[in-house]
Amino acid sequence: MFFNRTLATLLASAVIASPVFASTIKIGEVGSMSGSEATFGVSTHEGISLAIKEQNAKGGIKGKKIELISLDNQGKPEEAAIATTKLVTQDKVTAVLGEVASSRSLAMAPIAQQNKVPMISPSSTNPKVTEVGDYIFRVCFIDPFQGKVMAKFASDELKAKKVAILRDVKSDYSVGLSNFFTEAFKKSGGEIVVDQSYSSGEVDFNSQLTSIRAKKPDAIFVPGYYTEVGLIAKQARKLGIKVPLLGGDGWDSEKLYEIGGKSLNNSYFSNHYSQEDQSASVQNFIKSYKTAYKKTPDGLAAMGYDAAQVLFAAMDKTKSMSAGEIRDALAKTKDFQAVTGRITIDEKRNASKPAVVLEVKDGKFLYKSTVNP
Amino acid sequence: MGSAYKSEEKSTAAGIMSLRWWMLAIGFAWLLNYFLPDVMSPYYFQILILAGINVILSVSLNLVNGFTGQFSMGHAGFMSVGGYLSAYLTTQFVESRPELFTDSVTGELLATGIVIYLAALIMGGLAATIVGYIVGLPSLRLRGDYLAIVTLGFGEIIRVVFLNTDAVGGARGLSGIKQFTSFGWVYTLVIVTIFCVWRVVHSAHGRILLSIREDEVAATAMGVNTTQGKVRAFAMGAFFAGVAGGLFAHYLTTLSPGTFDFNRSFEVIIMVVLGGMGSISGSVVAAILLTVLKEALRPLQQITGVDLRMVIYSLVLIIMMLARPKGIFGTNEIGDLIRRKKGAKGGAT
Amino acid sequence: MAEFIQYLINGLSQGGTYALIALGYTMVFGILQLINFAHGEVYMLGAFSGLYTSKLAGPQLSAFFNKIFNGAADQMSTPAAICTAIVIIMVAMVVCALVGFCVERLAYRPLRSSPRINLLITAVGVSLFFQYSGQIIFGSDPKAYPDLFENLESWTFGSDENLLVINPLQVFVFVTAIVLMLILRHIIFHTRLGRAMRAVSFNHDLASLMGIPTDRVIAATFMLGSALAGAAGVMVGMTYPKVEPLMGSLPGLKAFCAAVLGGIGNVTGAVLGSFILGLAEALLSGYGTPTYKDALAFAILIFILLIKPSGLLGVHRTEKV
Repeated sequence: MFFNRTLATLLASAVIASPVFASTIKIGEVGSMSGSEATFGVSTHEGISLAIKEQNAKGGIKGKKIELISLDNQGKPEEAAIATTKLVTQDKVTAVLGEVASSRSLAMAPIAQQNKVPMISPSSTNPKVTEVGDYIFRVCFIDPFQGKVMAKFASDELKAKKVAILRDVKSDYSVGLSNFFTEAFKKSGGEIVVDQSYSSGEVDFNSQLTSIRAKKPDAIFVPGYYTEVGLIAKQARKLGIKVPLLGGDGWDSEKLYEIGGKSLNNSYFSNHYSQEDQSASVQNFIKSYKTAYKKTPDGLAAMGYDAAQVLFAAMDKTKSMSAGEIRDALAKTKDFQAVTGRITIDEKRNASKPAVVLEVKDGKFLYKSTVNP
Repeated sequence: MGSAYKSEEKSTAAGIMSLRWWMLAIGFAWLLNYFLPDVMSPYYFQILILAGINVILSVSLNLVNGFTGQFSMGHAGFMSVGGYLSAYLTTQFVESRPELFTDSVTGELLATGIVIYLAALIMGGLAATIVGYIVGLPSLRLRGDYLAIVTLGFGEIIRVVFLNTDAVGGARGLSGIKQFTSFGWVYTLVIVTIFCVWRVVHSAHGRILLSIREDEVAATAMGVNTTQGKVRAFAMGAFFAGVAGGLFAHYLTTLSPGTFDFNRSFEVIIMVVLGGMGSISGSVVAAILLTVLKEALRPLQQITGVDLRMVIYSLVLIIMMLARPKGIFGTNEIGDLIRRKKGAKGGAT
Repeated sequence: MAEFIQYLINGLSQGGTYALIALGYTMVFGILQLINFAHGEVYMLGAFSGLYTSKLAGPQLSAFFNKIFNGAADQMSTPAAICTAIVIIMVAMVVCALVGFCVERLAYRPLRSSPRINLLITAVGVSLFFQYSGQIIFGSDPKAYPDLFENLESWTFGSDENLLVINPLQVFVFVTAIVLMLILRHIIFHTRLGRAMRAVSFNHDLASLMGIPTDRVIAATFMLGSALAGAAGVMVGMTYPKVEPLMGSLPGLKAFCAAVLGGIGNVTGAVLGSFILGLAEALLSGYGTPTYKDALAFAILIFILLIKPSGLLGVHRTEKV
């Protein structure tokens, strides 16, 4: 496993870094590749690396090869800040990709903004991230939209009146999503019967689930990451909870089913895209990811891939590839056909794209419906 | 061991380091503040600022762990109290009275803004002191490992409390903090911290702390109020950790509870241990060394594809404990070493 | 009422997992007065060695045992699954005992005569080393544990309104914790090794003067404690089928709190403290504010240390000057 991975990364870095072309475009990446959130950072990194490898195979951008400089922040915001400064001022990158967690993106954004270097966050969902300035973009949903999507799905499709929430109190993503879900679900006339919580890293959720069971909800909203949701589903079913579990894009990983197994049947989550989608962009991505890393891509890898794709498209449209031009081109991104949907960047530099709701069934994520923004 | 009895010599050293030199050092820091950015890359400049914050943390922890011999593992907790409170205060002010902070015409920082910032830093420090006092109380009954795990526990409890406080954003964190912290302020406070800790250690009170470290029972038998000594050390260490937290918050402009987990406390402990428990200059050197080393090791990631920095860190810690358990300087200061070397030379001729 | 009983069941099963870790913790502390921060990481290594054993040899093992129990290799029966599990646990225990031996030999023994704080710092270093090198070697993504007991149904009582659910695996963990406690008690109080351990724990120097090979006794204690952590790792991995390199740090700290609550150095106390902690956490999650669950263990720890530092079952030792 270790050798496989190091070998793969070595090869990947060799492909990216070793041929020194007279003129390359440097792109920086800041991610949590070690520490407690390493698994998210590593997935994102794999997505970004794949996008760059593919683009270079196509001849790069305007004949120039792309070089990725990726720096680890160990999951710490100050490390993220210092890594961004290094990328922007030492390595003089054209653009910065990162971070997964909003808390770290918020530490990076002021630096990118101050130095006028475009920054694209693949999956920071806190609305505040792009409010930092006009050089900061994102390619994922923001919490209010996704919260609304699942609230709508719960009340319209599942006809749920009473919903319980089980949030990850340690994760800003989960807390944000829960808050906006609550708001939207109450507005549509529903009732939140109980708001329970856990912290990521825990493995026993029986007590929280027991208290949820006592309130007899029609559905349970679990907006966490796949790292815990699999176990939650398993324990919920063992406790005799049969109602649907609902979640957000943090669920999207094959690990979810590996851990949770059949207990996940009758669960729904909102996501950016469906792997069933037969469009070329989705299928090519899944295929090349599987060849490169021997596993199915998770949601974060797809977001990392798309962040890089959106950036390449914008760079391609510019004349001189100056920061200002790239920024303008990014802001004008419209109906860009990415893996995770048709991305349009709105005036607040957020990605506006439809969400899909997927049903988990025997290890497959089946397409259920599409919700437009 | 034995260093407690050398304090006579050290206090003369304290005499040499008179207030004048410290003021001069602060002036020099401000000179660098305006001069350095022109000649230095922002990256190195930023490393220096973070190194400065780490120096404050490690020197203040050294007061507790090194000089008093109490093993605290909750420094991140104090840091978060100071950081959160001061950041909360300034953001509240910036929201309600923006005219106090920036000139509406030129957009420049106003003196009133700076005053509010400094006041917030001190408030943060004081809040941390109160918490430090509360955490220090158990140390009356506990020692060694028990104290270590209790302080670690306190640190975690503080983190969980912030996680559940909506006023500071809970898990989503506090963002949009105004960036007041500059090189000048960080190093002014570095110097103030070193000065205060130095003066305390070389005062009668400092001898109480040293006597607690060397032999608590004997100290009690001699009529030393060990309880008071320990709690004061805790409170003072916490104050500067709180100030460091405030500087950190106003530099990074965003805070989240996850930033202050026990790994951060470990990091500061590593600095103190590496520099030498009971050596102020050791803490300073180790804090700077480790902050710089962390960045210097970055190219390694590009070569290997994996981040080995924490693995190397932990190995350094273990090997250090095995090979040189007293740290780089032991309980000596840089000055002592230089003087001893000179003395040895003088003796030879 | 049924809800309350369910909380008790949840609490006891959670307490069982803490107890498995706390037993090893308390053994090591008892003999060295060292908070072995790396204990949580040994537990993690146990879980991973179990994972790789069952990946490499799991199918063959269960086929083998199936043949013995029901004649057919492809039919999974509970006794066969239990036998497979026991073999995997044994492997993990051996691996962890070796890890424990190496850690003690390389990192702790050279520091035997230095201040205890140095030992504590080294333990922190060892713990960080295992966490981060674990992330590099195993990868940081969570791994799913092979589910040996997939066909095992939970025991349910009552219906809908007052449903009580007991997972047999949780009972398994609970019973193992108690059985291991009894075995340890036997070792400590009724064997030569145990007598030597108690002597060393009482006074190192005196014990070595009496001709007790203190270094070997300490090494044996370490291996025993680490083997227990390994068993805990596999069992927790089977009950909660997810393992990752950082899984040991928080449970390790909580188990330590439980051990202190029960009276550190006392194996019965460690189990008792773990069950109390498990129950307290379950009840807090059910009736109070679960957001404070992570802080509860530490709050209990601080409380007990202020009220009765020797713990519930501990004997107060006077500090010798």
